[in-house]
Amino acid sequence: MIDPHLHHVPRLGRYPSRFRLAGTPVITVMLGSFLTALPVIAQSAVLPPFGLLILLSWRLLRPELWRAWIGLPLGLFDDMMSGQPIGSAVFLWTVALIGIDWIEHRMVWRGYRQDWLIAAVAIIFCISGGWFFARITGGGHVSFSLVAPQMVWTALLFPFVVRQCARIDRWRVMA
Amino acid sequence: MFASYVVALTGAVVGLLLVVVAIFDPTGFSALRIAAAEISRPASVTMKSMVSGVSSIDEVLVAYWRAGSQNVGLRRQVEADRNRIIEAKAVAQENLRLKKLLKLVDEDSSDLLTARLIASSSSSARRFARLNAGSWQGVRPGMPVRAPEGLIGRIHITSPNSADVLLLTDTSNIVPVRRASDNIPAISTGMGDGSVEVRALTAGRNPFKPGDLLVTSGIGGVYQPNVPVAVVVRAQGEIAYGVPLANPARVDAVVVERIFEEAVTRPGPTAPPIADGAPAGNAAAP
Repeated sequence: MIDPHLHHVPRLGRYPSRFRLAGTPVITVMLGSFLTALPVIAQSAVLPPFGLLILLSWRLLRPELWRAWIGLPLGLFDDMMSGQPIGSAVFLWTVALIGIDWIEHRMVWRGYRQDWLIAAVAIIFCISGGWFFARITGGGHVSFSLVAPQMVWTALLFPFVVRQCARIDRWRVMA
Repeated sequence: MFASYVVALTGAVVGLLLVVVAIFDPTGFSALRIAAAEISRPASVTMKSMVSGVSSIDEVLVAYWRAGSQNVGLRRQVEADRNRIIEAKAVAQENLRLKKLLKLVDEDSSDLLTARLIASSSSSARRFARLNAGSWQGVRPGMPVRAPEGLIGRIHITSPNSADVLLLTDTSNIVPVRRASDNIPAISTGMGDGSVEVRALTAGRNPFKPGDLLVTSGIGGVYQPNVPVAVVVRAQGEIAYGVPLANPARVDAVVVERIFEEAVTRPGPTAPPIADGAPAGNAAAP
């Protein structure tokens, strides 16, 4: 997935700070989760889960960046910002990250299309899991067709988000 | 490497347990959400004020368009409304007198405060909106929230300066309603997509037809009676589908009211204060 045109080389004698290296991805994921604070009173699940999208982008772009446990704190933050029951994203995001690790062990190589496929499966898993949790924790009869459109455009938005993450990544590693 | 998987799996299991806890106690870990709500509130409030300024620009421009003929029309309207207001005042006075006869303790003190909706759960399947007022302002879980046009929902959880409102269209929000014209009782349940599902409580065929106006019946003691709720747009088999009259995305400010039962049976010299009766999560148990 790494673009050959992006030369990840710091300028001579300068190195990015550790905060920038480790903190930027975490902060971008949290900002993605924070988008629900926008003053939009939505009548149905219209906003794609940007926190999840950015998490998947970083995970597929930079496999060495995070261990699977990063889903716990980031998922907890997402649960606090979204209206989902606490623990929903903690579980779903971590399981998705473990699943991606598992797939990576079995694949010899993966390219852009495989990345998109993996991300689409993870998005469908997380959104339908969130739908199921909303249903069993007092949500009543939430129809599945309410979240289906959200799945589609979240999966379609992945290429765009992964490019923006690559752009941020170039800034991140170059001092 | 191995340890990180152990941590991740343990955390995932803990997350699953939290969800299981939420099945039995949906507001249980709301304390965790308080921190997030308090952090995000200033950002949402700032953006909200910016957005409401921008979104009203078109209305200002439209008001200049055809200002003259509009002026004449409005003047006629005012003339017509003046008579109606006088009539309404007379009716209100008569109402007051009749209520005194019935010895109802209703001082119309049900309004608690006015606040704005600043954000919502736009990426979740549940329908919550965040209100810019919380427990420090006296907001309590279960209180009904309404706009001038109609019912918005009720308070779900509160934090010091903000509160989550369970919108009328949430799939778990059940409101006892009646048809405004002839008092046919019904139950309104949210559909999660901006509309509500209305089921009549009478036997026989579906009595609703498009255009019927639904208002709260006051059964259950949470909502004031006669608050407009929805208008029926489609009847199909046993179920009628309605659209809420108040659109939470359009209303400027909402009013938080005291729980209806509390408002009627305010501790007086004769009536002892009632204990917290029906839990707030179940408005619809009629």
